Amino acid sequence: MSEEVHEIRIHRRKRMAAEDIVFYIFNTIFLLLFAIVTLYPVLNTLAVSFNEGNDAVRGGIHLWPRVFSTKNYEEIIFNRPGIRQGLWITVARTVLGTFTSLAANALLSFILSRKKFLFKSGLSLFWIITMYASAGLIPGLILFRYLHLTSSFWVYIIPGMVSAFNVMVMRTYMAGIPDSLEEAAQLEGAGYMTVFVKIITPLCMPVYATIALFQAVYHWNSWFDAMLYNRFDPQYTTLQYELRKLLDSVSANTGGKQAGTSATAASVATIVPTTVRAAATIATMAPILALYPFLQRYFVTGLTIGGVKE
Amino acid sequence: MENTTTTSTKKVVEADVKKPRLTAAEFTKEFKRQWVLVAISVAYVIYGIIFYYLPLVGWIMAFQNFVYADGLTGSKWVGLDKFKFLFSDKTFLMVIRNTFAMGVLNLVFSTVFAIGFAILLNEVRTKWFKKTIQTISYMPHFLSWIIVVAIVHDALTSTGVINEILMSLKIVEKPYPFLQIEGWFWPIVTFSHLWKETGWNAIIYLAAITSIDPCLYESASIDGAGRFQKIKYVTLPGIRPTIMILLLMNLGNVLNAGFEIQYLLGNDLVRDVSRTIDIYILDWALDGRNMDYSLGTAAGIFKTLVAMTFIVVSNYIAKKRGDERLF
Repeated sequence: MSEEVHEIRIHRRKRMAAEDIVFYIFNTIFLLLFAIVTLYPVLNTLAVSFNEGNDAVRGGIHLWPRVFSTKNYEEIIFNRPGIRQGLWITVARTVLGTFTSLAANALLSFILSRKKFLFKSGLSLFWIITMYASAGLIPGLILFRYLHLTSSFWVYIIPGMVSAFNVMVMRTYMAGIPDSLEEAAQLEGAGYMTVFVKIITPLCMPVYATIALFQAVYHWNSWFDAMLYNRFDPQYTTLQYELRKLLDSVSANTGGKQAGTSATAASVATIVPTTVRAAATIATMAPILALYPFLQRYFVTGLTIGGVKE
Repeated sequence: MENTTTTSTKKVVEADVKKPRLTAAEFTKEFKRQWVLVAISVAYVIYGIIFYYLPLVGWIMAFQNFVYADGLTGSKWVGLDKFKFLFSDKTFLMVIRNTFAMGVLNLVFSTVFAIGFAILLNEVRTKWFKKTIQTISYMPHFLSWIIVVAIVHDALTSTGVINEILMSLKIVEKPYPFLQIEGWFWPIVTFSHLWKETGWNAIIYLAAITSIDPCLYESASIDGAGRFQKIKYVTLPGIRPTIMILLLMNLGNVLNAGFEIQYLLGNDLVRDVSRTIDIYILDWALDGRNMDYSLGTAAGIFKTLVAMTFIVVSNYIAKKRGDERLF
């Protein structure tokens, strides 16, 4: 590099320094504001959840409880059988649902990523169509009633087991694994299932983790299926649905009657204190918030596998 | 340097086309070799038929006066009556408007904010700060809409933090009832989406920005480009393919943008602007007195057909523009 160019660069760096500092300051302030707007509501709910109920009515609690109390958590753990039942069902569906859908999606992806598979394009098309041609809510509801899937736990597990979108993501990943590995194993006498379990699966752990994470979050957060298929069966309620019932009882007197929530509004007659609602909200989000910083590398890789590829 | 979402899928499809035709004997031999795969595929096809294709048969309900007890074969046929009712129903036209309005608002603002956030985050040089902000930014994506709506609701009620700030700044005298004013509903929904998804949506743009060749920035600097010029002439053109693909993909999804938050946050005072097509369908499915499965199915058919049209059109635009196709 010639002396001249070097000098020009140094000169430019000096000239831009002031402008840079102003930009960095504003950028930092803006990003900090963004973080505050994101975090404040959660921290505020946390503070309220640890405050004594009657005191909280006065308002003005921000980031720290004024009168500390763990009563709210005791209330939701011991006095609300609905929430406890919802927790069991949610944990069960999260564990079982994540595992079954991961296995089902992985196996289908494996078949669709075999380059020599005779019906590859036909089977792909069959599943791609399902991504776009949605029959809608009511035909599904009627079908599930015919199949006795309503008023049952299995409606959470079976209908959503195979997802064409997840299959496409996993198939893309598997297609990137060299054929030579499969061929070598087959020369040794391995069948397709051995190849799937012993060769493909260990190599696909990053994408499996990603899909499992998404599925687990989906199951943990779902409430609509509980309302639609099992609203008359409290033994199959889910945690989020119970939280909704709890929250609904208050919004009824602040925001007018909820549109179309006759199903939930009728079931809760008493008004639940804000602090108890806060405690239930925190308890519901706690597992996800506790786990996700450790899992984030998986979903970032997952998004880049399925999305942007160079 | 092309960032595309579907490169590999496309390659796979091309490989299918080029596959040489097998003779009958070769086919039989190959079939015998892969019988395990074929057998499992049959199971998947049966599953798919039951849970994805059989419900499509239920579409004939839209042409009947469907009664659950009579079933699909016993219910009375009414031709296109349900569709005629649908398009003369003021509520239906209203929910279509609401769905599109909120879908488009959401699409535009989400995209702009995600790109803006990704660019600003990319400018941060302190590594730990960048990582911390990013980790915080996509936390809300993992919260359920129930929790997000509770948070939004708490912030906007008469004792909420927003009213507290407005009152301490003397902008309003008494608490402003945001949730009960029709004009505020769409902005609140859009903002809630931004709160929940901006950080998450930015991930993909950040990945695209990171994969831009650093040489381009260097040569731009040598040519005397400042920070904003570099953003305008290097970063934005560099992530243009990603932006186009995601925009078109989301355009196909615009009708699906409206259900949970509108259902959970809406109330009787704002129902004219809050209800979407999905809520309209749900009302026909749930409400005890007015239950009409046939009408709900007809509305569902309309929604699927419009959504598919959107997907085909956006795909066509993408092809015409020379960007990657979506599927």
